[in-house]
Parts: sequence; C-alpha cells; structure tokens
Amino acid sequence: MTADSMNAASQTASEQWDLVIGPKDKWYDLRLAELWDYRDLITIFVRRDLVATYKQTVLGPLWFFLSPLFTVVMFTFVFNRIAGIPTDGIPAPVFYLGGTTLWNYFSSCFTGASSTFVANANIFGKVYFPRLAAPVAMILSNLFKFGIQMLMFMAFLFYYRMQEGSTLHFTPFVALFPILVLLMGGMALGVGIVISSFTTKYRDLTYFIGFGISLLMYATPVIYPSSAIPEAYKWFVDINPIAPLIEMFRLGFTGSGTVTIGGMLYSAGFTLAALLLGTVLFHRTEKTFMDTV
Amino acid sequence: MSTVIRVEHVSKQYRLGLVGSGTMRDDLESWWHRVRGKEDPTLKLGEANDRSTVGNSDYVWALRDINFEVQQGEVLGIIGKNGAGKSTLLKLLSRVTAPTIGNIKVKGRIASLLEVGTGFHPELTGRENIFLNGAIMGMKKHEIARKLDEIVDFAGVERYLETPVKRYSSGMYVRLAFAVAAHLEPEILIVDEVLAVGDAEFQKKALGKMKDVSSGSGRTVLFVSHNMAAVQQLCKSGILLADGQVNHIGTADEVVERYLRIKDAEIQQCIAFETPDAAPGNENARVMRAEASPQHITVEDEIHLTFTLHNGSNEHRIRVIYDLVNMHEQIVFGSGTLVEVASGRAVTTVCTIPGKFLNDSIYSINLYLATEDMRPLYEHLHIISFEVTDVKRGFAYTGKINGVVRPELKWVTVD
Repeated sequence: MTADSMNAASQTASEQWDLVIGPKDKWYDLRLAELWDYRDLITIFVRRDLVATYKQTVLGPLWFFLSPLFTVVMFTFVFNRIAGIPTDGIPAPVFYLGGTTLWNYFSSCFTGASSTFVANANIFGKVYFPRLAAPVAMILSNLFKFGIQMLMFMAFLFYYRMQEGSTLHFTPFVALFPILVLLMGGMALGVGIVISSFTTKYRDLTYFIGFGISLLMYATPVIYPSSAIPEAYKWFVDINPIAPLIEMFRLGFTGSGTVTIGGMLYSAGFTLAALLLGTVLFHRTEKTFMDTV
Repeated sequence: MSTVIRVEHVSKQYRLGLVGSGTMRDDLESWWHRVRGKEDPTLKLGEANDRSTVGNSDYVWALRDINFEVQQGEVLGIIGKNGAGKSTLLKLLSRVTAPTIGNIKVKGRIASLLEVGTGFHPELTGRENIFLNGAIMGMKKHEIARKLDEIVDFAGVERYLETPVKRYSSGMYVRLAFAVAAHLEPEILIVDEVLAVGDAEFQKKALGKMKDVSSGSGRTVLFVSHNMAAVQQLCKSGILLADGQVNHIGTADEVVERYLRIKDAEIQQCIAFETPDAAPGNENARVMRAEASPQHITVEDEIHLTFTLHNGSNEHRIRVIYDLVNMHEQIVFGSGTLVEVASGRAVTTVCTIPGKFLNDSIYSINLYLATEDMRPLYEHLHIISFEVTDVKRGFAYTGKINGVVRPELKWVTVD
C-alpha cells in the first residue's frame, strides 16, 4: 500500500463496516444478540446431541432411565441400608432419585460446559459461529434428558405417595421448580465456562474437575439431608450454592427440606455472578484459544 | 467498486514449543505489564517464521504487518510457500483466531470453505447434516429448507439423503459438503484448496459455481491454492506471501510468475564444480556436476539429467545409478548405467526422462556410484532437485491429476 492510499484509508475511516476483526473486544460486550441470531444452530445442535447419543444402541432412549435407576438401587443399598444415613423421613428411593436426578443434571451440564473449548476444538478451528452456542446447546439437551428423568421421578413419587402412612406431600414451593432448574443450569454454565476458559492453555484444571465434581456431590446434600449435618459443619453446606436448590426441590416435591430465603438469594446471586464472569472470560478466550488449545 | 475487506497492519504471533511453567511465567509477565499500562514484552520478541532454521526465540510472527484491500467482486488468489502465512491469514479472516495486532474490516457475510464438511456428524443422515452444516455456516433454518432441493441436486446424493453420512463414499461426502457451502450465498467466500478433491465432473461443477459466485452476483472470492494453473485461470489479482509478509500484490499472472521465481531460487537444479577437489564425494569418486535441464520443466518437457564424475578409484568402470524421489520420499523409479572411465579422469553421462511422463511435483535425485560388481563407492542423497510444473489445460478441470506419474498412454476406442 502506498502512502497516498494509506491517507485515503484514514480519511474514509468513517465508512460502515459490518465486522471488525481485532485483537480484543470490549469486555462488557456480551454479544448476546449474536447468539440469539444463531438460535437455529442451537436447536440443531440440541437435536444432534439427542439423536446421535443413542444411535446404534439397542435400548436407545431407555438408557435415560436405566442409569439413574441403577444409581438409586445402589445408593439405597449402600448409604441407607448399610451406612444408615437418614433421609428426612422420605422413602429412600424417592429421596435418592430426586437428589441424583437434579445432581446429574447439574454435573453433566457442568462437566460439559467446562470442556467446551477442548471438546469442540475441531469444529471451532474451522469455522466461526458464536462459541457460546455450543455450551448453551449442551445445557438445553441436558435439560431435555433431565425432563425425561423427572418423569420417572414423578412416577416413583406417586407410587410411594399411594402407600399407606406416606407423609409425602407437595408444598407451594413446588412452583419454584422452573426457577430451580434455571438457576442450576445457569450456575453449571457459568462456572463451567469459567473453567473451560482456563483449561484451553493449562489442562491442570481438567484433572481437578474430573474428581472434583464427584467430591462436590458429597459436599452437597444429595445422599443426605441438610438436617442431618452436625451443627459444627453447617457452614460447609451454607457456602455451597447448590445446596439450597436441592433442599428447595425436596421441600416442594416431598414436603421436607431445610432452606432459607437467604440461601436461595445466595444461589441466585452466585449464578448471576458466575454467568457474567463466565461470559466475559469466555469471550476473551474464544478469540485466540485455537492458538493454545 | 467498493472495498469489502480491508486488512490493516495485521500481525499474528505464535508461541512455539510446549506449554509448561515457562508459559505461565510469560503470561503473568505480559499480564503484569498490561495491568500497569505498559507494552507487552512478549510482543517485542519473535522472529520471521522460517521453519527450516532453528530460531532463538519461543515466539514467531506468522504474519507481520499485512496490509491489503479487496474490492467487491474481485477473485483474489493468495499464494505462497508452505509456511508463508496463507493459512494463518485465512484463519484470521474466517475468525477462527484473532490477530495479535491490527484490524481486519469486513463488509458482508464471510463464509469459508477452509475444510468442507465442518461439523458433519457421521451418525446423522445427509439431510440432517445439510441443516447442521448450513446452520454452522450461519444460515437460518428456513434458508436451508428453501435451498435443500438445489443442494441435494448439486451434490447428486438424492438416493442417500436419509442415510447416515458415515456410509457415504469420500467423494459423496465432499460433494455434499461443497454443495452446502456453495449455496450459502455469502458476500465473501473463502476457498482453500477444495478443488483438489472430487472427480473431474464435480470439479467442473465446483469451478463453475465459483465463477458464478464471483461474476454473476458480484460476490468476492478469496482463493488459496498451490495450484498455479488454477490461480491463473480463476483469479484476476493475487497476493504473494513470503515469510509472513506481503511480497507482492498485483495481477494473478504477475504474482504467479514471481512465486515461481522465488521457488526456483530454492530448488537446486544444478551443482557444478571446476575441479574435483572442491566437488562432493570421497577418494573413490567425486561429483563435479549434476544438473536437471531445461531451466523450467513442465509436465510436457523431456528432462535431461547430466552427471559429471571424477573417478579417484582404481576401477575403470563405474555404475551411475539414481533414484528419482518425490516430496514424500517415495521412489518414483530408479535407473542406472555403467560408464567406462579411466582412473583419475572425469566422464559425463546424460539420462533422458521422457516428456509427458512425470506428474507435476517437486522431485529430487538420490545418486549412487558403485563398482561394476555393485560395491558402493559414493552416495549422495538429494543431490539436486527440480520442479515439474503443470501447464494450462484446454479443459475446465484444473485440479491435481492423481498419481505419482502422469504418463501419456495410448488409447484406442473400438466399437
């Protein structure tokens, strides 16, 4: 380019460009409108996940039911029958199925989101689309699986309610269920994409997440109720933002759970903060992660 | 005419080597500098990206201060050796990664055929993959639905539309993938060597489509290829990249010619020495001259390999044997002869490789000298190398013709 044309270029700097590809964007530009623009892609991703998962299996979607079923049988046997951990007066299978259904939703969303960059490196390396479409679609397809598993939970719930002397009952808090699901998905997405932003270069976190998520389950009232925790360790559950969501779920569907307004607000605040931080970090990472992944 | 792409002072730095604690230290250091509003120290590092020499720095500049503009409707060829920065430039343009410094300004939608079939899922059917692939490239569902018939027709896969693509032949797979991409109707299309795949008929279609895209609808095409004949045929203008910098911008013919000149300088087509003492070899035999001629060899030319040897042994007959190897170190063929040469004297022997026999590629010669009873005297691998270039063909197929060799064979059609 000659000096003249450079001058001409700077004079026409006010020209309208549809896109400027530069080293960095403004951190507060979350580009959510662009994501919305690609909603068709998100729905197709969800379909792909659901269709492809169980292709070439004999039992197909039955696997959605089988794995939680086996888990519940195992948990009931080990934690309830052998270890004698109380279940808040709720029949053990209902208690565990509710807990694991919700927990599995969280943990699969979380592990999925935290491996976004590494798992999609191949496709991200060839074409541009809003990178957030991948984890968002993943959350949605997990939501679908969760919905199916909730049907099984409801079947269990009603079966045990019909038993004589059952104390199971809905409370008005059941109306909060959609918000619980939203918060849980949002939290998993937010924290997950924070992690995924860090793992593109340094894989150390990946190993930590692998066993961290299974340890986290024991720090969350999934296989025990909050009410069974000794006073001295209560703080441990109090700082866990997932705990109020699980307890609220139990309170709504079975009538027993320990949860405070403060706990719920804490969860909601944590989710929002995680989503905001996650999106900012994610956008920062997506620009150049292909160079380091 | 308006400018649809403006590349301004674009540079891209890569870090070489392994990620480890040293990387972390550099990251922290550059972060600390940025926090204090100082210049990032890692940006001062780095050297031109010459892959063949070992550099001192962990950082290299894959692109350095690139500036150019592309006008609407232009078909621009981007050429350069491997490692010149073509792929990096395309990655920046298609937003796979971001530049380290500088800006690229774009008007309109860019779609890239960096690698066709991106995101194809083997378990999904052809139809499902058309939608998936189209959506990844930024099409809306209804846009794809509207063009579905056209895409299927172009790819010629009607029968297999409901079959998972993992059952497709590789040709069908590529055709389907290209078909989706070709019907995107982006304002700017980036094409990277896709024409190297597919059969002749399909290439014709693909090329036709590319021409339509640029001439018919005023859309812009960036075409990256190693195939100079295709670049000359398709592009009006071109950019030559060398070591991450713009070497030349001009018409396609100009740029191609310049590229070939640069390449010539690197291919050692001839070595020659006045005296045996300076020549490579040992006390038994030395190679005073090895040459492939003519200077520019096309697939149609006869090639003469000339060897001048000095005999330092007591033998009076020497076997001159060579293997012709291609870039993949495959031996295309070997040949040899027995020459009479008195001890202490030199002799010249010439081997002729017929024209219309080798394919377009870079070849090198492994020379072996031996006694009559095949005792090795001296061997010299890759003593010379030469490139055989393609010629403009009379028909539309400009892709690479398959095969290690490309002999002209006799065909007779009988009823």
